[in-house]
Amino acid sequence: MTSTYKDSGTASLKDEEEFTDILEERRCTTDLGYALRTFNPQPYKGAPSSSTSDLKKAVLESQYLRYIAKEIALETGSSVEKVRQEARGILEEMSHNLQLGFIRLMAYTVNKVFKRLFRSIYVNMEGLNMLQQAIQESPVILMPNHRSYVDFLIVSFILFTYDIPIPVIAAGIPLASMKVVGEILRRSGAFFIRRAIGSDKLYWAVLSEYVRTIVRTGCAPLEFYVEGFRSRTLKSVVPKLGMMDMVLEPYFKGEVFDITLVPISISYDRVVEESLLALELLGVPKPKESTTGLFKASRVLQEDYGCMHVNFGRPLSVRQLCEGKINRSEYNLIPRDLPQRPSTEIQDCVNWVAHLIVRTQEEGSLISPWSLMACLLLQAPITTLTEEGLQWHGLTEKTLWLRKLVLDFRGRLNWPAHTTDSDVMSSTVALHHSIVHHKAGRVCLVQDGDPASQDPLSPEEGVMRTAAAVLMLVSYRNQALHVFVRPGILATAIHITKSTQKDELFSFFCFLRDVFANEFIFIPGRASQDFDEACSLLQKCGAVHMSEQEVTVLETGLEVLSFLQKLLQPFLDSYQLIFRYLCENGAHVFTEKQFLPAVQNLATKLILSGDLHTFEVLSSDTQKNVLSALRRLEAVTKLRASQQNEYKVNKAAVRRTGDILSGKIPPESLHAIPDARL
Amino acid sequence: MCCLCNTKRAMCLLTCGQSIWVCLQEIMKWNGWGYSDSKFLYNKKGQAEFTGKRYRLSGMIIPGLREWMESTFGANLQHKTPAAPILNSSAVQPPTLNEAFLKELKSTGIPFSHDAEDRVFRSHGHCLHEIFALREGKIGRVPDLVVWPNCHNDVVKIVELACKHNVCLMPYGGGTSVSSALECPPEETRSIVSLDTSQMNRILWIDEKNLTAHVEAGIVGQDLERLLNESGYCTGHEPDSMEFSSLGGWVATRASGMKKNIYGNIEDLVVHIKMVTPQGVIEKSCQGPRMSTGPDVHHFIMGSEGTLGVVTEVTMKIRPMPEYQKYGSVVFPNFEMGVACLREVARQRCAPASIRLMDNEQFKFGHALKPQVSSIFTSFLDGLKKFYITKFKGFDPNRLCVATLLFEGDREKVLQHEKQVYDIAAKFGGLAAGEDNGQRGYMLTFVIAYLRDLGMDYYVIGESFETSVPWDRVLDICRNVKARIVRECKDKGVQFPPLSTCRVTQTYDAGACVYFYFAFNYRGLSDPVHVYEQVEHAAREEILANGGSLSHHHGVGKLRKEWMRETISSVGMGMLRSVKDYVDPNNIFGNRNLL
Repeated sequence: MTSTYKDSGTASLKDEEEFTDILEERRCTTDLGYALRTFNPQPYKGAPSSSTSDLKKAVLESQYLRYIAKEIALETGSSVEKVRQEARGILEEMSHNLQLGFIRLMAYTVNKVFKRLFRSIYVNMEGLNMLQQAIQESPVILMPNHRSYVDFLIVSFILFTYDIPIPVIAAGIPLASMKVVGEILRRSGAFFIRRAIGSDKLYWAVLSEYVRTIVRTGCAPLEFYVEGFRSRTLKSVVPKLGMMDMVLEPYFKGEVFDITLVPISISYDRVVEESLLALELLGVPKPKESTTGLFKASRVLQEDYGCMHVNFGRPLSVRQLCEGKINRSEYNLIPRDLPQRPSTEIQDCVNWVAHLIVRTQEEGSLISPWSLMACLLLQAPITTLTEEGLQWHGLTEKTLWLRKLVLDFRGRLNWPAHTTDSDVMSSTVALHHSIVHHKAGRVCLVQDGDPASQDPLSPEEGVMRTAAAVLMLVSYRNQALHVFVRPGILATAIHITKSTQKDELFSFFCFLRDVFANEFIFIPGRASQDFDEACSLLQKCGAVHMSEQEVTVLETGLEVLSFLQKLLQPFLDSYQLIFRYLCENGAHVFTEKQFLPAVQNLATKLILSGDLHTFEVLSSDTQKNVLSALRRLEAVTKLRASQQNEYKVNKAAVRRTGDILSGKIPPESLHAIPDARL
Repeated sequence: MCCLCNTKRAMCLLTCGQSIWVCLQEIMKWNGWGYSDSKFLYNKKGQAEFTGKRYRLSGMIIPGLREWMESTFGANLQHKTPAAPILNSSAVQPPTLNEAFLKELKSTGIPFSHDAEDRVFRSHGHCLHEIFALREGKIGRVPDLVVWPNCHNDVVKIVELACKHNVCLMPYGGGTSVSSALECPPEETRSIVSLDTSQMNRILWIDEKNLTAHVEAGIVGQDLERLLNESGYCTGHEPDSMEFSSLGGWVATRASGMKKNIYGNIEDLVVHIKMVTPQGVIEKSCQGPRMSTGPDVHHFIMGSEGTLGVVTEVTMKIRPMPEYQKYGSVVFPNFEMGVACLREVARQRCAPASIRLMDNEQFKFGHALKPQVSSIFTSFLDGLKKFYITKFKGFDPNRLCVATLLFEGDREKVLQHEKQVYDIAAKFGGLAAGEDNGQRGYMLTFVIAYLRDLGMDYYVIGESFETSVPWDRVLDICRNVKARIVRECKDKGVQFPPLSTCRVTQTYDAGACVYFYFAFNYRGLSDPVHVYEQVEHAAREEILANGGSLSHHHGVGKLRKEWMRETISSVGMGMLRSVKDYVDPNNIFGNRNLL
């Protein structure tokens, strides 16, 4: 039975959950024996045992696809048969081909690799048990976060180990084009989706019918990344709604009684791609996925990546989530096989569910000591970090202080038990030797230089080099961010407005929540709950005193408030800088291609002149987020006719937003807070 | 003792010296379904038995019922919940009488009564909560007076008097409503008069040239068929309640009959209606078979559920009695195949007089109701059949389902038709399973209502409800509604999984009628009726969310009123409202159904 969904906003943290190291057993048995174990899972009760060819046939012969094919044939003037042929081709390219033999091969390989990479893989058995139950009762959607390529097959691996049906997994098409590996993944249950489908009607139709058929028949659990792609920043990404929509539709249309969503939080002590991520964010293009690349990457196998935690969340019943939010009878008057644009009510609900899942993933992820250290290291002046180093003693003390704060904020902490705090600290730093080194009582940032190069670095290159190291730190800080965001925003509101009035703080809180909606995950329509949560957390840790009308800062709370405010300062600085760029730069119309390097240039200059203290604005992720935020606030509009992503900027609006953000004018003058809809 | 019976019997004795007249109230249960002499009970040996002589099952032992009840509901013969044996008249509120009305009514000579028993008998239909309350001896608001008009003109007089003295009238036919339609609105402060049409039960004429019969609306289904049969005709309208429900009631609720595939539903059968309203009598001027004269005023009457007036006389189509009848049944490997077969039958428009598909749970239920077989040979044959289907044909006994069929017409055509249907069934994996199973299926229709009373003796409560739905949604709605019931019961603290089952009972070109049965063991619940109502409410929400209608033939009454607006739109409600406001501005017909 799926659990009752109670409160999405607050982490329903129970007592320390039992995590079991699944590698421990694997290390005692032979890999081959493991791969050949009997595998006899209990499938979803209503599911007929259907082959992949049955699935493809059902998709191709569906009324829906017939209809779309006819429509496209009419629009393009080609024959229906031709369009259907094309659809068949798309389906061939997309379709998974799950085979037990390959699952065994996959399990064998993955097992070997994981044993090399990780000390332990911890899994919460209780979550796994609930999943096992849920799978028998309704179609199940597995929704992990995605922080590393490594986790692509981790869920399948765990399910194979515990006799639970293997999922089919939505993957990006580049994986499919890898020689041999693509085919192995396909046979391990991956199906492949093109990037940038855009307005390709036929592709959308095939994909959505394929996904819906999988959900409808419940032939296998479906796994997909609601964030859409691997988060380069290790921070949660605002969910994508396309897949979510397809997955939920069979419930909306009454084709299944219920659907179970299982959020899965995967947390790493150390992410395999850490250095690649930072470079990518700085604009160094990511290497194309290729098999040879994979083998080259095999040097990563020599490294130690600590532990991995896979936390299976409580199964959520879509029926219960959607109760009272939607009226399914809107599908009564049009045949369900025909395309129908969902009402805004349905769209909002899908958006809400997607956000809720990502929030739940956040709440389920574990924060490592290293993330706490990263938060603190980033608050030190950059020169301290790169030159003389930060005092080890001070860092230890501060980290322990922060540990307490995380616990106060109900974060899940992965702090090794039965070890002294100083051992935890030093082993953590040792694990992350690629980013920091600890010498003579001080901790310094490791800067990846190219020792072969004889030429001294130009100042700009120096900035980029430091930025690469800083962004790595930033990404580990990001793993802990979700715990601090809400109280952090309140602390920022207190800092900027200097107000003690609750309603004033609330409206600034809402403004920040709105501006930063692309940076952090906020569940739509829950502004006041978020505010209340922030207040109660700050009150709990003794930072503020709350009364009916007022929030007063306590002397004892200055340390917490200043930590939180500094934690978010890089975001404010980055946004302000880009606002400034947009206002002061002459162009009213610009393309994304011009925008990104221009911002980077300006930022580099300001960093060198000492006027800018954050490197985060150099990250293309930040830059894109600001653009999205401004579009949401309607200060920037995308030109429809334009082919190469042209934007038009309303400088006055950008300036006004910047002025509110810096506290010059109150937020009431902002035109709308669009998320009060739900 | 029914008050009218006393007076009428006395009159009969005076005039003709012998009483041929039977008052239904005399021979029916006051707090359960049907005839007093017919009921299920567990005999001293603990075996289930059906008493009386009226039905094929009467007097028989049903060996499998006990085990089925115990295993399905976790019921136990030790845990009884007996009903209050007799009506306690002191629990009935004294009548609120409108003296002026009463005085003038007396002068008309129309029989009436304010005896407690007569009033209580007409205060309810057969919803679970109504019967449950009666069994506990709880009596709510009941009519203050019962009148028995004898003909159309009597009704005209009563309605005139009611208007004159502002009395609330509630028409009462057979009392088989399952929509709370007969419940007196508790907020009604006027005197409520129950207008019992049972005395208007004559066939006034039969027109053999046009094949129509003109009938008084109070006639009960079984009497109508019996009397017409005597002249070699039938209407062919056979709702499951036909033993007790009346022609007027059918018109007022848009009833549907089992054999509608041949004869049509009530709206297809009716040629002419006469109704008495506060504004006067409404009827058409001729009996043309179809007219283009604006919206059909019959459609204001059909389904009006007693809110506009009293239907007094109806001209109905009749047919010569069929030469030949044949039952049949088909077993399908699963419900999905069964539905696909019914859909195909509907597509080819070759549905027999009746075709019904029961799901697996109902199949098992029907099985449990098999009477004890007398010969070893029959039981041997049964065993063999079972072996053939489950072992030889590989049907899973927990998934298979059965369709029952009824063919009617001349012999040759029936046999031809039968072959056609069985051929279609075979395409969907269906195996012919004999006439016997089919016939028993239809017989169960009539006794199933009695079974609820047995359940209620042992902590089991339940009810049926229905909907109509497009073909493509049939499977989804069946699955989802059944699952919703199970989930709601669990959430509401019902200890044992409920019985949640359905059958497809009618096929149409564009969809089907689906009937759900739902029952559970309420031990451990403090307010079982409330739980029941919550689950039923949730089930109806589920039906609507899955594209089902609010009702196929039970009607809306007060039970389903809350969904009317979303069902027919605000404008639709306004249309109905304006008709009501014109026809009955003072709400004389104040049962508050529908709107």
